[in-house]
Amino acid sequence: MTNLDIFLWVILPYVSLTIFILGHIIRYNYDQFGWTAKSSQFLEQKRLRFGSTVFHWGIIFVFLGHVAGVLIPKQWFDAIGIHDDMYHFGAIWFGGIAGIAVVVGGFFLFLRRVSVKRVIKNSSVSDYVALIMLGIVVLVGFTNTAGYTATGGDFDYRVTIGPWMREILTFQPSEAMILAMAGAPIGFQLHVSLAFVLFAIWPFTRLVHVFSLPLKYLRRNYVVYRSNKPVIKNKDTHKKEIN
Amino acid sequence: MKIKAQFGMVMNLDKCIGCHTCSVTCSNTWTNRPGTEYMYWNNVETKPGMGYPKRWEDNDERKGGWHVKNGKLELKAGGKVSKLLNIFYNKDLVEIDEYYEPWTYDYENLINSPEKEHQPVARPKSQLTGEYMDITWGPNWEDDLAGVHETGHHDPNMKNLDEQIKFEFEETFMMYLPRICEHCQNPSCVSSCPSGAMYKREEDGIVLVDQESCRSWRFCMTGCPYKKVYFNWKTHKAEKCTFCFPRIENGEPTICSETCVGRLRYIGIVLYDADKVLEAASVEDEKDLYEAQLGTFLDPYDPEIQKEAVKQGIPEDWIEAAQRSPVYRLAVEQKIALPLHPEYRTMPMVWYIPPLSPFMNALGGQVDSLSPEVIFPTINQFRIPIDYLASLFTAGDTKVIKRVLQKLVAMRTYMRAKELNKPFDKKILEEAGMTDDIAEEMYQLSAIAKYDDRYVIPKSHREDSGDMFSHQGNAGYDFMEACRSCMGGGAAADPLEYYESGFWRELDETSPKGV
Repeated sequence: MTNLDIFLWVILPYVSLTIFILGHIIRYNYDQFGWTAKSSQFLEQKRLRFGSTVFHWGIIFVFLGHVAGVLIPKQWFDAIGIHDDMYHFGAIWFGGIAGIAVVVGGFFLFLRRVSVKRVIKNSSVSDYVALIMLGIVVLVGFTNTAGYTATGGDFDYRVTIGPWMREILTFQPSEAMILAMAGAPIGFQLHVSLAFVLFAIWPFTRLVHVFSLPLKYLRRNYVVYRSNKPVIKNKDTHKKEIN
Repeated sequence: MKIKAQFGMVMNLDKCIGCHTCSVTCSNTWTNRPGTEYMYWNNVETKPGMGYPKRWEDNDERKGGWHVKNGKLELKAGGKVSKLLNIFYNKDLVEIDEYYEPWTYDYENLINSPEKEHQPVARPKSQLTGEYMDITWGPNWEDDLAGVHETGHHDPNMKNLDEQIKFEFEETFMMYLPRICEHCQNPSCVSSCPSGAMYKREEDGIVLVDQESCRSWRFCMTGCPYKKVYFNWKTHKAEKCTFCFPRIENGEPTICSETCVGRLRYIGIVLYDADKVLEAASVEDEKDLYEAQLGTFLDPYDPEIQKEAVKQGIPEDWIEAAQRSPVYRLAVEQKIALPLHPEYRTMPMVWYIPPLSPFMNALGGQVDSLSPEVIFPTINQFRIPIDYLASLFTAGDTKVIKRVLQKLVAMRTYMRAKELNKPFDKKILEEAGMTDDIAEEMYQLSAIAKYDDRYVIPKSHREDSGDMFSHQGNAGYDFMEACRSCMGGGAAADPLEYYESGFWRELDETSPKGV
């Protein structure tokens, strides 16, 4: 176990996750005004339509795929009768389609951001950093699925990256799993470590809007009232809602 | 019964001269910041015309407001689930070009240009891209019917008019329509906001955007059928008319009213039953919406209502203000003010007295000796077609418009006879359903009302508010105060810099907004 291994598979994740969590808490408390999706649809919408829709739907499924592949132990799948073949079929096909959606949608968003004058002029450094980092992580990840796993690579992330990640999240990293990470193919190593770099910059970019998905809207009354007076008689009428 | 007080405004369109003073003072007060150049929280449109943004009234396409679907009131642009499914791309959004691309001029060239045969020119430069641009559209592009032979056909209100109305010179008509946010009783913008950032104030019905909670989802802009929620493309937040709440809370009229040259605006409160709003907004026939909305208003003179209002916490001075309210008088008592586009089902609270002019011309200058048999049929031949006014104010019901115009004509005829000591045929008043007193009162309020009669604005009871600190930032634009360079004095910072979010600041390290 080299120092590099410890840095990449223990220190980096913890530093990154700390920044991720604290960063969000601090920004949420001190920068509500800057906490937005930063939509640029008002300036240009023809070219946004395809890219934005495809990218966002794709990334939702990619996220769910990562939950299934990394956070949920392989044994759980085995227990409910989903065997390796079935899992891999799902991972490659559904994951592959979602991945294509993200790559293609993201590519359209990238093109739009670098070619539409109005959008260029109104982009901040953080927009580019977020987009490029996200793009690299996505491309590397997609290459792993499409170029390695789908073509018969025998590295099983469900018995290496999965357990390692769960150990990190439960604060009990083990030497065995760190070594397993150190022995993973370079593509997977890159994807994981770059993802942690992305998590570290996440709270300081527009990506925070992920946490503002307004699901509360579904259970809310249409018209919102806010009262000046402190007495709360009717719960519905006083709530200040922030998503 | 849930009694609420609500601010409303009435504009007497006969008096509007289209000077845009309201728009200018509003802009100077509220929208002189980067990202808001294109916004006119108050604008004055020349009708007929496409309006601002283009064709805003075409809500079959723009999808603003509510409609009744299977007997239920639903947002025209789609309900909650459909909104969340379309959150990544709002297909009904009105792009900035439908307003106009904001520009400035290359003024430096006037000074720096070398000696040439011709005068140097300040070329227009887009504020969105910084590049030179050709101006092909702008605010008030159609002012005073400019280009109406082309744009007029795109006025959605012309749809219901017969082909007989043409835009030929001899048949041209026009009127001004000053517009602000309607501060609706049943606001579809508030209902469209997934974040809950938009809200209606419990105490006075003013609709505001909480700048801190706005998450840039953009549905409010589509939701508002009047297209009076704007998108600040610098801050990525929704902004809208605030009914000048800091002034209103202090008993002063909005800046657009205060500076109105024609003194055509009236501000007051009405009491209404909030429990009735949904039912009123859901009536099947669009033409019943005007009456349905009137039905939500409560009589501030009724002792039962007063008792209940006090019980529900409405301050007594507010009930008094509701009694003296010019809005209540013009809209409910005299019934000469009408809501703008009631068919959007938002129950708007800015009402209009329809324009009568040119009245004298229609009667050939013989108004003194006219009988009702002559006067009232003439209404149908007014320069501004009745159908057009009906399309604006009564969802196409010409009966209501005629009744209002009849009242206005009767009042004028009555007062003219009185002032000139001419004989007057009482039948004119009777047929309009009026008495001498009502005619006199209408005259007082619509013609010569003084400042205190036009603006009956009870101060807000700030002493009742609890934790003022927790409200900080909720009401909107407090960050304007911190804009040093906007106010003169202090270091000349680039105002653009201020609106960047607190992180990844590129220009200086002073404390960011929110800290």
